[in-house]
Amino acid sequence: MTHINVTVDGVSYVDDVEPRLLLVHYLRDVLGKTGTPIGCDTSNCGACTVLMDSVSVKSCSVLAVQADGTEITTIEGLANGEWHPLQKAFNAEHALQCGYCTPGMILASTDLLKDNPSPTDEEIREGLEGNLCRCTGYENIVRAVRRAAQAGAGQ
Amino acid sequence: MTATAESPAAELGRARTRKEDARLVTGQTTWTDNLVLPGMLHMAFLRSPYAHAKITSVDVSAARDQPGVVAAFSGADFADEQGSLPCAWPVTPDIIIPAHPPMATEEVRYVGEAVAVVVARDRYTAADALASIDVSYEPLEPVLDIRTALDDGAPKVHETGNKSYEFVFPTAGDIDAAFSGAAVVVERDYRQQRLIPSAMEPRAVVASWIGDDVTLWSATQIPHVLRFAIAAFFGIPEQSIRVIAPDVGGGFGSKLQVTAEEVLAILVSRRLGKPVKWTESRSEGNMTVHHGRDQWQRIAIAADRDGRIRGLKVDLLADMGAYLMLVTPGVPILGAFMYPAIYKMDAYSFRCTGIFTTKMPTDAYRGAGRPEATFAIERIMDELAVELGMEPLELRERNWIKHAEFPYTTIAGLTYDSGNYEAATARAKELFGYDALRAEQADRNARGDTVRLGIGISTYTEMCGLAPSRVLGSLSYGAGGWEHASIRMLPTGKVEVVTGSSAHGQGHETAWSQIVADQLGVPFEDIRVLHGDTQVAPKGMDTYGSRSLTVGGMAVVGACDKVIEKAKVIAAAMIEASPDDMEWTPGHFSVRGDPEKSVAIQEVALATFAAHNLPDGVEPSLDSDATYDPENFSFPHGTHLCAAEVDTETGMVTIRSYVAVDDIGKVVNPLIVDGQVHGGIAQGIGQALYEEAVYDDAGNLLTTTLADYLVPSAADLPSYITDRTESPADNRLGVKGVGEAGTIASTPAVVNAIVDALRPLGVRDVTMPCTPERVWRALQTAAGNGADSKGGAA
Repeated sequence: MTHINVTVDGVSYVDDVEPRLLLVHYLRDVLGKTGTPIGCDTSNCGACTVLMDSVSVKSCSVLAVQADGTEITTIEGLANGEWHPLQKAFNAEHALQCGYCTPGMILASTDLLKDNPSPTDEEIREGLEGNLCRCTGYENIVRAVRRAAQAGAGQ
Repeated sequence: MTATAESPAAELGRARTRKEDARLVTGQTTWTDNLVLPGMLHMAFLRSPYAHAKITSVDVSAARDQPGVVAAFSGADFADEQGSLPCAWPVTPDIIIPAHPPMATEEVRYVGEAVAVVVARDRYTAADALASIDVSYEPLEPVLDIRTALDDGAPKVHETGNKSYEFVFPTAGDIDAAFSGAAVVVERDYRQQRLIPSAMEPRAVVASWIGDDVTLWSATQIPHVLRFAIAAFFGIPEQSIRVIAPDVGGGFGSKLQVTAEEVLAILVSRRLGKPVKWTESRSEGNMTVHHGRDQWQRIAIAADRDGRIRGLKVDLLADMGAYLMLVTPGVPILGAFMYPAIYKMDAYSFRCTGIFTTKMPTDAYRGAGRPEATFAIERIMDELAVELGMEPLELRERNWIKHAEFPYTTIAGLTYDSGNYEAATARAKELFGYDALRAEQADRNARGDTVRLGIGISTYTEMCGLAPSRVLGSLSYGAGGWEHASIRMLPTGKVEVVTGSSAHGQGHETAWSQIVADQLGVPFEDIRVLHGDTQVAPKGMDTYGSRSLTVGGMAVVGACDKVIEKAKVIAAAMIEASPDDMEWTPGHFSVRGDPEKSVAIQEVALATFAAHNLPDGVEPSLDSDATYDPENFSFPHGTHLCAAEVDTETGMVTIRSYVAVDDIGKVVNPLIVDGQVHGGIAQGIGQALYEEAVYDDAGNLLTTTLADYLVPSAADLPSYITDRTESPADNRLGVKGVGEAGTIASTPAVVNAIVDALRPLGVRDVTMPCTPERVWRALQTAAGNGADSKGGAA
């Protein structure tokens, strides 16, 4: 067991974890933060994307012990009193159907907009290449990210 | 009492954002894998590494001894209880339906088939202990190619042999005369590759017994059908079973199933007296979630020199995989109705042979039979056009059912209620810039451009809204096709809508609220839609086959009617008028000729609850139940046009523009409809360009991950231009199904575009998925054969 100290969505946690425990399992099974889903086991789908010190990571490809000393933001901690502009935009543009990829898609988009506050559609598509959605055909996801960018989400 | 409000604006057609989204964009929802119950244990399955083998022994004792392991079982441990997974669609009287135990006991027939299960305190411990299970196998020959599986001496998947059934559709017209008298006959073989549905949420299941009652949470599309199947086939009294489908992360047919893992979760939980959970990994799921398509299609079309179609012959080989699952054999049969598509012809014949292989069973995947049919007919229409030297759209127009001819009974016996192929095609051509693109194509061909432009056409229709119970019965389908709804007017005037349709991304909570808001004249916000739990929504047939709106939505309308009927009597008493004099305007009743005397439905609800002054014999309830069973399928149609650029040096295909004009009748919510169309097109493009489940020569699945099985990303797909024409369907809402239309339409549009681009270079087909390598090889083969401008090369 390894001792870790992680801040998740503004709350500090101290735990002893197996060195092999994946961050996503730590979030889901240890902390009960089930807002972050798991879609694959090879880091291809991006459903489990969270922010680690403000950078998007696929939490199935990070060990809980690697998160020691970091600050993690999940979909559950993104809203700040009101929904984040991306959450609003995903709703407004119907950028989700089943919603399973949505937490990862939104968190990957926050990182995308942080790096590029006014992306072109092409840049949005390239930037979200690591996040798969099977429902929407991505059309409305691109529109939602564009809308959030226009609302200043990346500023 | 007086009318207090104007009737609210119509909800039908309004682009409402979804009620579902609040819990989904914030991470608050309940996926099955999120569930934690006190004392819950975790299951992990040991799966066959062989495509075909006899099991000579299974020893789970070492696994049972691992710390944290509560139990370990082989198939033999459940031999008396596990029965056989059901097939509900025996398409012929002499179909072979082999026994399909949830855990194999004597023989394994595909890689991934469950052989043993470990139950442990957590998922890591359960997975670790699998390595301690000792299974001895005696390998047998795999059966992997349906084209040779029926040969003499071929190894047998089952003792009965490799043929499951041969289905012959009643031949319509004089097929021999149609072909012998035709000026032109074109015959082609097409391959529908094996696909993996790839819903983003992996399957997950939790089973928990309390006394004699079991609750099963499952990431399923079909909680009601599943409950029935567990009761009917696994000996658990129906009244003791509750099935809950919480939010479900996509299905596309893959969760229209009664799975081994669901059954075993129930049996293991009962055996141990503890709740158990199982969640698959993606790699496990790619091997063991039922696959889709996998057919070889031989199609022949006969036509006069002027393009008039005389006849159509279809002969299919369909890969069933190792067993028949819930609707495995019926999937290609659904296609039987759709090969004639929108075209008139004199004769039609169809035959399908269902064949066993040592691969994962196939079953429903978005479109189920209709994408295959649409692909083959739309591909061969292009080939026929080339043969005739005719513009492909002109050939289609010459043969399609004219708008004035509806309702029209096709050669396959379906009666299409409405359609306007002229309007959809005209609109699509306009949005696409068809003539300009044709001109550019000619120019690039003339220049010998290394990047060619192709235009792909798909003037599709389909049959959906699965439904009519009598028709399904005549096709030997094991269940009806009705749908149920109930409405509860609450005392405060709010409304609960219970639907038997089980949404998993389709937005029922929003769309049904819009329907009820219009019917009852109550605010959209005052309506809550409940679904997906057999205790909350006790009756239903669930969600598949683009049936939710055309069947389930109509049941909701019927339930509203009954509420209004009940309310009318009470409203009349409230304003001291005769029920016969009451006039209903959504939201309120008034006295005919005296609109000032009026009462709102919400006031009636409160008065009903109080029940102080109800007329004699009137029960204090504004609740209602309704079941709807339509008399016909739903026939959406449309014209999809795809412009593809093909780099002849690399084989790379780039979709430059994609236009979809769909006619799905009246639209309840255009946001949701566009979303369904977008996602449907994307899945069809996935089949055309990227996706294929690949088994090696030993029967190992090579595409077990999303790195190997290429579900397209945003960077792989184009933007879509969508629009609609509207021929209202023959139901009260005028609606048609939309869930599968995009997938059905888009695959042939894309492949037609690729072949159209390369035809001047001698290519006349590219096998899906049209990867750069396959396109490049098709070009090399054509060049080697001495291409000619008519595209006559193989």
